[in-house]
Amino acid sequence: MQQTFARGRGMRALAPLAWIGPAVVLIGVVVVWPVVVMVQSSFLKISRFGVVQGSNGFDNYTKLFAEPDFGGVMARSLLWVVAVVAITVVLSLGLAQLFNQRFPGRRIARWALIAPWAASVLMTAIIFKWMLDPEVGLINMIRHRLGLLDALGGADADPLGSAGSAMPWLIFVAVFVSLPFTTYALLAGLSAIPSDVYEAAKMDGASRLRTYWSITLPLLRPALVVATLINVMNVFNSFPIIWAMTHGQPGYSTATSTIFMYILKGSDIGESAAMSVVNFGMVIVLTVVFLKVSKWRTEVS
Amino acid sequence: MTVTESASAAPVRRPAAAPAPAPARRLPSLRTVVVAAGAYLVAFVFLFPYLVMILTALRPQEELREATFLPSAFAWSNFTNFWTGGLVQNLGVTLQVAAGSTVLVLLVALPAAYYTARHDFRGRTAFLILVLITQMFQPTAMLVGIYREFYQFGLVDSVWALILVNGGFNLAFAVWILNAYFSSIPRELEEAAFIDGNGRFGALFRVTLPLAMPGVVTALIFTFIAAWNEFVVALTLTTTPANQPLTVALNSFIGQYQVDWQNLFAGSVIATIPVIILFALIERKVVGGLTAGSIK
Repeated sequence: MQQTFARGRGMRALAPLAWIGPAVVLIGVVVVWPVVVMVQSSFLKISRFGVVQGSNGFDNYTKLFAEPDFGGVMARSLLWVVAVVAITVVLSLGLAQLFNQRFPGRRIARWALIAPWAASVLMTAIIFKWMLDPEVGLINMIRHRLGLLDALGGADADPLGSAGSAMPWLIFVAVFVSLPFTTYALLAGLSAIPSDVYEAAKMDGASRLRTYWSITLPLLRPALVVATLINVMNVFNSFPIIWAMTHGQPGYSTATSTIFMYILKGSDIGESAAMSVVNFGMVIVLTVVFLKVSKWRTEVS
Repeated sequence: MTVTESASAAPVRRPAAAPAPAPARRLPSLRTVVVAAGAYLVAFVFLFPYLVMILTALRPQEELREATFLPSAFAWSNFTNFWTGGLVQNLGVTLQVAAGSTVLVLLVALPAAYYTARHDFRGRTAFLILVLITQMFQPTAMLVGIYREFYQFGLVDSVWALILVNGGFNLAFAVWILNAYFSSIPRELEEAAFIDGNGRFGALFRVTLPLAMPGVVTALIFTFIAAWNEFVVALTLTTTPANQPLTVALNSFIGQYQVDWQNLFAGSVIATIPVIILFALIERKVVGGLTAGSIK
């Protein structure tokens, strides 16, 4: 803006700053600047005590890509996101349908549903780890009683001890904590569908399944897209479940990219920063692909 | 979708979906019984882990390694152990972080949400997109950056670092929900109060803010819970046991050779039950705040 403009106009242009300025500063310091520092760090040689020892070019990235576990970690991260989000969304569609029906005590039943959402994910993961304890875990005791498990205490009774049996349990817990939000988001979507649409379908003699498939689902799409997107973000960045239940072990066989990044932080901060940048890139790519596929833009605006 | 819509829409009655029962009979139909039974079962499954948590918190230490479903007696002393042990200090840190972040978020989000709801200005869209990006990004994704930044500030191991980070990453929710409330309050109400001689700020504080109170309370509770439950950032930014919030302190139980599960879960009950109850108060409004940004 030119100096010759009236002072009042200049003041008016600055007025928003007084109101939104603090928010911009907070976002800048806490969200934007760490991204800059992270990208910067990925090109620096940093000791594990945090002392910068000079530039490192692309060495952090070369070292990261040469890690023998890198490929497995990336593949596992992708599987983790796709499996958890897909199972969550499918189950939530059913749950939303169920909790949308009228029945006595619906309020209270819906309240029970929020427990895993409100509670710290870490606490929920710790409880499941305890329930899977090889000797006294409740889930193992039930498996034992049902004859699915020969004896308590052995390797068979330790599902978290090997990757093959640990991953399904980790995915189970991640789905468990993601279901409440997703179900609630879909319930909000369902209640936004006007009831006369259903009346018209009924008049036309459409079956229940047919009505659901060609009326409910298409109208539910905006809610479905947003819920899926938020889940992708959350699940990709999920840390406490795997950290509390397996630490990514045995070896790195249950580690996703966030866990791998955290473990690297203990030995080489530069390499860990490189992992974060790769991670970040994947989130952005996943989001763009997802939005393209679901035609979010045309649908919403 | 606005907040008020989703708030009022949740318990909506849909005559078309549910078949009306014959008025003469009061007995519920078979369908209703099946639906209710299914829903109660699901509700039980979702509560189950937390029931296990409470039962384990009450288990006597000597019965911890016994494969029994229920303890023979309740050991309430596990809870007194919490108060006499060092964990009270960690609870104190959690309270400071949660309260501090909540105050910070309200101080920063209230003016921003009010101004963007009332005024159209250059950069308004850019600001709203910035807020949306904040909501999409998670601190876990940029942990190394956060750690290095606060290391440079000399704020590692400080409660202030946790307040700032939790405040920043929970700002978006508060901005969306407050923005929706402010937008729904007619400008004329505020104008009338202004003309009555209240002054701009008087009108704001006497008329607009009280009307937006449900939004303020929702933002307040949501931020408090999110900061209370936060784990990864605290794990990264705190090193001294006494400066760690409860989540980090309880997690460090697990690394020990012999895990005192009963004490761990007594702590978990104290960390979990209050937030579940708080969350139940705002449950209907939360979805609106979480999805509003992406829908607008």
